Amino acid sequence: MDTPGIDVEYVAQLARLEIAPEAMPKLRSDMAAIVGYIAELQEVDVEGVEPTAYAVPLSNVWREDSAGESFPRGDMLANAPALVDDTLIKVPQVLPGEGIN
Amino acid sequence: MSFPEIFSLEQLAAGLAAGEFTAVELAQECLDRVAARDGSIKAFLEIDSEKVLTAAAESDARRAAGKPLSAWDGIPVGIKDCIATAGERCSCSSKILEPVKSPYDSTAVARLRQAGFIPFGRLNMDEFAMGSSCENSAIQKTANPRDITRVPGGSSGGSAAAVAGGMVPAALGSDTGGSIRQPASFCGITGMKPTYGRVSRYGLVAFASSLDQIGPMTNSVLDSAILLDVMAGKDPHDSTSLAVPAGGFADAARAGRDLKGMKIGLPKEYFQAPGMDPGVSAIMQESIERVKSLGAETVEVSLPHTKYAVAVYYIVATAEASANLARFDGIRYGDRIEGRDLVETYFRTRGAGFGDEVKRRILLGTYVLSSGYYDAYYLRAQKVRTLIRRDFEEAAKVCDLLLTPVTPSVAFHFGEISDPLQMYLSDIFTIALNLAGNCGISVPAGVDKATGMPVGVQFLAPALEEAKLFRAAAAFEGAVR
Repeated sequence: MDTPGIDVEYVAQLARLEIAPEAMPKLRSDMAAIVGYIAELQEVDVEGVEPTAYAVPLSNVWREDSAGESFPRGDMLANAPALVDDTLIKVPQVLPGEGIN
Repeated sequence: MSFPEIFSLEQLAAGLAAGEFTAVELAQECLDRVAARDGSIKAFLEIDSEKVLTAAAESDARRAAGKPLSAWDGIPVGIKDCIATAGERCSCSSKILEPVKSPYDSTAVARLRQAGFIPFGRLNMDEFAMGSSCENSAIQKTANPRDITRVPGGSSGGSAAAVAGGMVPAALGSDTGGSIRQPASFCGITGMKPTYGRVSRYGLVAFASSLDQIGPMTNSVLDSAILLDVMAGKDPHDSTSLAVPAGGFADAARAGRDLKGMKIGLPKEYFQAPGMDPGVSAIMQESIERVKSLGAETVEVSLPHTKYAVAVYYIVATAEASANLARFDGIRYGDRIEGRDLVETYFRTRGAGFGDEVKRRILLGTYVLSSGYYDAYYLRAQKVRTLIRRDFEEAAKVCDLLLTPVTPSVAFHFGEISDPLQMYLSDIFTIALNLAGNCGISVPAGVDKATGMPVGVQFLAPALEEAKLFRAAAAFEGAVR
């Protein structure tokens, strides 16, 4: 059953979040209350108002396109959960279906 | 060697310079205090004491050679667990990042190190800085050192508790919607949120990129100013960091003796908020009298869109968070829980790795950005954000600074606020400042008679007016003490 305004299962699919079935009822009611609250913005007159994305307006921050030192590969890969040959990140099968491995 | 209970950076610097104690003795004192006190407070997630003592010994060697990096060389600073320190873990108090070690220093930490400060331990926080009590940490609950049955506030609750508990002279926090100022108020210390762009966000794990700022949490206004002097300034690693002159903040704080010639605005919406504790109101009234007796002129101002700030914040911040936290998918770092294929791996890793509050915010952010809702929620919230910013601009035409409460209540008990929406509403006085990008500071203003808990007040200033903010806050602090 959907809550008014937000379909929690659908949004969880979009966000790639597994939600335990037993957590669903409370989550649905929490989300319905929160979405109900933020809906109060509908009453504000925003006709002709420009949106603010960043509080301090900046545009086109450029830098020279110059070569520099980067981090050592080993350091950056040290946090990966699984590696192949110590140089590549091992990922799960991308396309579902027949086992490849 | 006996150290004072409350550390002050200037006193510590003087003691180190005069040879009254060494950096190693100071670091050992902090470690001893953590060993004695943190069992009941639980502010720290981890301290690598060997590394701390080695850094302190190096500091002593520099000083012995007559080459300290600055007056502050050898002083420990605690680090919130969302700010990267090379070689240390950086978990954001989340299970999903628990095993991750930072390969590099955040710019804030790098600049502290360049001045000789010693990064001292990882401090607990609400998971990914999402919360107002530290109860959302996936690792442990931190207690308020003033009353261990109460929360320290959040999200920088570990930082506030470590400083208030006397375990470290100062700490770094981060403030996305009040996460420095609110725990500072709850624990009775000073917490400062710089102008957006003052301090580089490089190495700060992103929650809401257009709102996040790193800032100091300290025992005094001057100490906050000293740390901001060290950290502020343009950084090529953060394109939103501002290329404007920074510094002179400590001098401004030292010059803060009175408020003569200053006009202080009192935003009426902040005094009419429902649910204000009478004790907090009483201290607010005392504080208004105090700024007047310091020579300030007070003037009532209006920030008419205040009542929409919570809704705007929880749309903008969660939208940005849902995008920022998409990178935690178990592929390149952190915990991975394997599924049958890639997509199932994402679901399982994120389902197990994120706590309830983080999930709620990712869901809300995904929802307000999703097809059919973007214009109604996200775009509209950005427009109301413009109106909130304009409110502050209008107020700045008639006053120098604003004086407001920090929170409607004193620190609450564990489990007292269990409804997420009610918890969001408790942020009402702090979040508008982040939406506007301005700077603010929470300063201890007194103790609530009913509970004995500390209460802070906020001074809020327009963007880049930190010097004025520090001067006023230091004068106010002098009158409170």
